[in-house]
Amino acid sequence: MRMVVPLLEVRNLQRFFPIRKGLLRRIVGQVRAVDDISFHINKGETLSLVGESGCGKTTTARCILRALKPTSGEVLFQTAEGEVVDTAELPKAALKPFRHQMQMIFQDPFSSLNPRMTVFDIVAEPLLASGVKSREQRRRRVEELLELVRLRPEFMQRFPHAFSGGQRQRIGIARALALNPSLIVADEPVSALDVSVQAQILNLMLDLQDELGLTYLFVAHDLSVVKHISDRVAVMYVGKIVEIAETKTLFKAPKHPYTEALLSAVPKPDPRRRSERIVLQGEVADPAHPPSGCYFHPRCAHAIDRCKTETPSLEEIQPGQFVSCHRAREISLNGVEAQGNGMTIG
Amino acid sequence: MADQIARANGQPPMLTVEGLKTYFFTDEGTVRAVDGASFEVQAGKTVGIVGESGCGKSVTALSILRIVERPGRIVAGQILLRRPNAKAPVDLALLEAEGAEIRAIRGGEIALVFQEPMTSFSPHYTIGNQIVETIQLHQDVGKEEARNRTIELLRMVGIPNPERRIDEYPFELSGGLRQRMMIAMALSCNPKILIADEPTTALDVTTQAQILDLLRDIQQRTQMSVIIITHDMGVIAEMTDDVIVMYLGRVVESGPVDEIFHQPKHPYTQALLRSIPSIFAEPRTKLPTIAGSIPHPHNRPTGCPFHPRCAEAMPGICDRHEPRLRPISEAHFASCFLYHEPEAAPPS
Amino acid sequence: MRKAKSPAAADNGIDEALVTSAAEERVSVATQWQLMWWRFRKHRLAMISGVVILAFYLVAIFADFLAYADPQSTEAFRSLIAPQPIHFFDEGRFSPHVFALIGKRDPRTFKRVYEPDPEQKVPLRFFAEGYEYKFLGIFRTNRHLIGVDGGNAEELIFLLGTDQLGRDLWSRLMIACRLSLTIGLAGVTLSLVLGVLLGGISGLYGGAIDTLIQRVIEILRSIPTIPLWMGLAAAMPRDWGVVQVYFAITVILSLIGWTDLARVVRGRFLALREEDFVLAAELAGVSQMRIILRHMAPSFLSHIIAATTLALPNMIISETALSFLGLGLRPPAVSWGVLLQDAQNIQTVALSPWLLSAALPVVVVILAFNFLGDGLRDAADPYG
Ligand SMILES: Nc1ncnc2c1ncn2[C@@H]1O[C@H](COP(=O)(O)OP(=O)(O)OP(=O)(O)O)[C@@H](O)[C@H]1O
Ligand SMILES: Nc1ncnc2c1ncn2[C@@H]1O[C@H](COP(=O)(O)OP(=O)(O)O)[C@@H](O)[C@H]1O
Ligand code: SF4
Ligand code: SF4
Ligand SMILES: [Mg+2]
Ligand SMILES: [Mg+2]
Repeated sequence: MRMVVPLLEVRNLQRFFPIRKGLLRRIVGQVRAVDDISFHINKGETLSLVGESGCGKTTTARCILRALKPTSGEVLFQTAEGEVVDTAELPKAALKPFRHQMQMIFQDPFSSLNPRMTVFDIVAEPLLASGVKSREQRRRRVEELLELVRLRPEFMQRFPHAFSGGQRQRIGIARALALNPSLIVADEPVSALDVSVQAQILNLMLDLQDELGLTYLFVAHDLSVVKHISDRVAVMYVGKIVEIAETKTLFKAPKHPYTEALLSAVPKPDPRRRSERIVLQGEVADPAHPPSGCYFHPRCAHAIDRCKTETPSLEEIQPGQFVSCHRAREISLNGVEAQGNGMTIG
Repeated sequence: MADQIARANGQPPMLTVEGLKTYFFTDEGTVRAVDGASFEVQAGKTVGIVGESGCGKSVTALSILRIVERPGRIVAGQILLRRPNAKAPVDLALLEAEGAEIRAIRGGEIALVFQEPMTSFSPHYTIGNQIVETIQLHQDVGKEEARNRTIELLRMVGIPNPERRIDEYPFELSGGLRQRMMIAMALSCNPKILIADEPTTALDVTTQAQILDLLRDIQQRTQMSVIIITHDMGVIAEMTDDVIVMYLGRVVESGPVDEIFHQPKHPYTQALLRSIPSIFAEPRTKLPTIAGSIPHPHNRPTGCPFHPRCAEAMPGICDRHEPRLRPISEAHFASCFLYHEPEAAPPS
Repeated sequence: MRKAKSPAAADNGIDEALVTSAAEERVSVATQWQLMWWRFRKHRLAMISGVVILAFYLVAIFADFLAYADPQSTEAFRSLIAPQPIHFFDEGRFSPHVFALIGKRDPRTFKRVYEPDPEQKVPLRFFAEGYEYKFLGIFRTNRHLIGVDGGNAEELIFLLGTDQLGRDLWSRLMIACRLSLTIGLAGVTLSLVLGVLLGGISGLYGGAIDTLIQRVIEILRSIPTIPLWMGLAAAMPRDWGVVQVYFAITVILSLIGWTDLARVVRGRFLALREEDFVLAAELAGVSQMRIILRHMAPSFLSHIIAATTLALPNMIISETALSFLGLGLRPPAVSWGVLLQDAQNIQTVALSPWLLSAALPVVVVILAFNFLGDGLRDAADPYG
């Protein structure tokens, strides 16, 4: 039983990047990387953000952490002290007191650790920045953190190059946990890992969530991974959220044609389930020149004339399931049934 | 092993790889990238090579085409290519790496599609030019004819507006289109065998679905053999007839796709299948995992390469002796002491 | 025990032991500099080059000590004497000596020729007294590595022969080494400081200041150096000596020479700013200053060292080339370029090839610097 209190609420978030051309670097257009999205994450739950590359997942994540300044919109975060602050608006200096309560886990286990610092220095850096002056205190905390991510504390003096991808990812997690954050934004934390190591990191993240009561925003493109980790899933397409629902609902009964297509495109690890897939034609729209009306209409099998002119908005189709499609209520779409692991082994 | 299968099917395989060893002699030590791999490819079938990163999948492909870069070298094994009207197969491993014979085979009878389509094209020439050149290199046709054929190929791989696209540069295309171009180039000389090394790893799911569909479609139309190299069990299940599972440079199990997925024999295959996140799973469930991580290539374990991570490892046997790839059933092979006795003396 | 351990169970416990050998353990805890040193050591040619360059700078420091004749003392009498071999053994005993030279006139050409006289042996003394000089400009001494007892070394030893004015070439070469190897250092240092500073600012702050610095760089790069050099040379105060003028010009030129390094540094900053580990530090609340110094700077310090090593041979080549063309140093200054200028006349070179001997150290030191730079550059990124 988790408490249902939103830890984070994002309202009408937008982030555009200017396109500059010519000698004077004049702005000639805009990439609408994140275009008016809203969602919330409850305390202790995992919301996954899925979508194809370039759809704005990383930009959303970075706006929430204020690594990027949103163009407009609100990012309401409930601090440990119980206040609700809008991190989108505050100047950087004013963020400082609670910024450490949101931390990030990165995709690339190589570029996320400074190769020139030891594991101790990497994990202790946040402690130092938050004013833990005594080296002995830092050492004890680093030991604790390494044990938390199931790494041997003896390896503290080693440099990152001595570790495998999965172990580096654990070091990155230890660093993120150093300051007891409440929200962890994980940007594709297992995409760069080997299959057998992916499972280890996913399990670790699930365990840590239970142990420490963490809240995750989990960015991913792999729907199978998403299914394992999340309570709710938000699907993005060209800077917009097209569907949000509880994981089970979304996978079993998607209401947006794009969600259906994504689910059907995932190669199923079972040769007996080779099915007729929905193969979307064409390519993902360019966020600098999105199509008119519903951004998905050039590729949508259910499109009608209205879709070309009128932009749908995110509506609650049934409790907890929000869909942005004019025809969400009339069309019937296929999902995937949960069936154990989908395999019989041995 | 090769002969057994050949007899079973009544038809010799197109390609037989037997005991292939490709090592890299680096300053830090010898990397045994491929360490005794054996498998075969039947005419008109799709074979999948699956395994985690660094297990030697790509090097196997490079070895077949004889484009392993220094300090790498094939140190042992045979790569037998059977041609329809020749009596004896040619052993690609024995050909001169830069000789005329292998160059004719490379891009002619055996074509390769790379993981990273951007790096496989020269950025300075239009894609059309590069495909036209490949066609002219292998076939005696004029420029005009080659160009027409290129446009046909582009149309065949589903590139819209091929007449216009043929004159574009690689950087002007999206990842999916580039991969289609790459496939068009590979198909330009009607290969008998197409090797696709992680053809969809850099692509999104929906684009991946398009490319996989295209590959399947072309395979059915041309009846060529396809070798798909991937780390994605889903791609293997969707695409292949036969599967080869590799671990640390060895083939640990091989067999028909249905048996590999539903009756895997090797503990590594079993563990790998259990540990992959599945879209059919219950939300928020923990996955069984394989302990530890893949050893550093310089630090290869003795005996069975999988023994430090194997749940069924038998001390005194698995860490001392090297298992051999042995038949389990007609076309299903595994390399594990659960299925055969160790030889008397530990191999040196 | 092993059998009982299921793979799933291992995930909940501590991560498996990394089975490591002692050698690997050593690598695991090696710092950036250790890794760089190990990698550099493998570069044989660069190692040798490093030693060669060290030797050259030692020569520069001890130039007066290694010389035995006053490099400025002219004597028409001793013009264009050929190099004189040293004999190390005398009747089986170690006793280095040279044969005394007897000056004669060639009866046909009436030119002066010198012939060694094997009967007259001039014994060489180590740490002998000679002309007086100030060691490192501090204390006066007259000790030299070699000399002759009692006699005047200038009149008796000619290891590399003499030039037209009868000055001893070996001694001049030693002294030239000092000037040629050091005169550009201040300029290079200044370029280095400016490059790092302006490149750093440009990469770090971006925006308008970056655009400004980039435009300045483009303008500076379009200035042709040689005409500027000639203009500056003419504009220097008349009462300055040649060395002073030259030094001043190198310093002025360094004001436009920093652009390459600035571009490199800016590029590194831009790349590093995008690195995830920098974002991680920012999110953890690490201060801007500490991010630059602790997280970013170490990863291009090594590149700067390598870039500098590659800038030094440029400075040496410039001196040699400019002086050779008569635009740089001029006599009475003694540099490699000046020495080579003496060898400009084809006829003299044909008759007295030893005048070209200054070319050898130039070639050797330039090659050595380049090999060293290459080695450093390869070793600079031990994680690449
Ligand atoms: N040029 C090279 N020099 C040294 N070692 C190499 C070289 N190329 C490959 N290797 C080594 O050979 C082994 C197998 O490499 P290979 O690229 O075939 O793996 P892979 O299965 O394709 O992995 P991935 O999924 O990461 O592409 C690895 O240990 C790799 O480090
Ligand atoms: N700094 C930037 N400047 C210009 N465009 C950007 C920048 N960062 C991201 N974008 C664009 O924004 C869109 C969304 O990017 P991103 O959020 O990184 O996608 P994802 O994480 O889903 O792969 C893409 O079209 C991308 O090209
Ligand atoms: S609004 Fe129309 S085009 Fe968009 S997803 Fe729904 S049906 Fe398709
Ligand atoms: S041989 Fe032994 S260690 Fe290797 S897979 Fe079989 S049981 Fe496991
Ligand atoms: Mg991303
Ligand atoms: Mg590969």
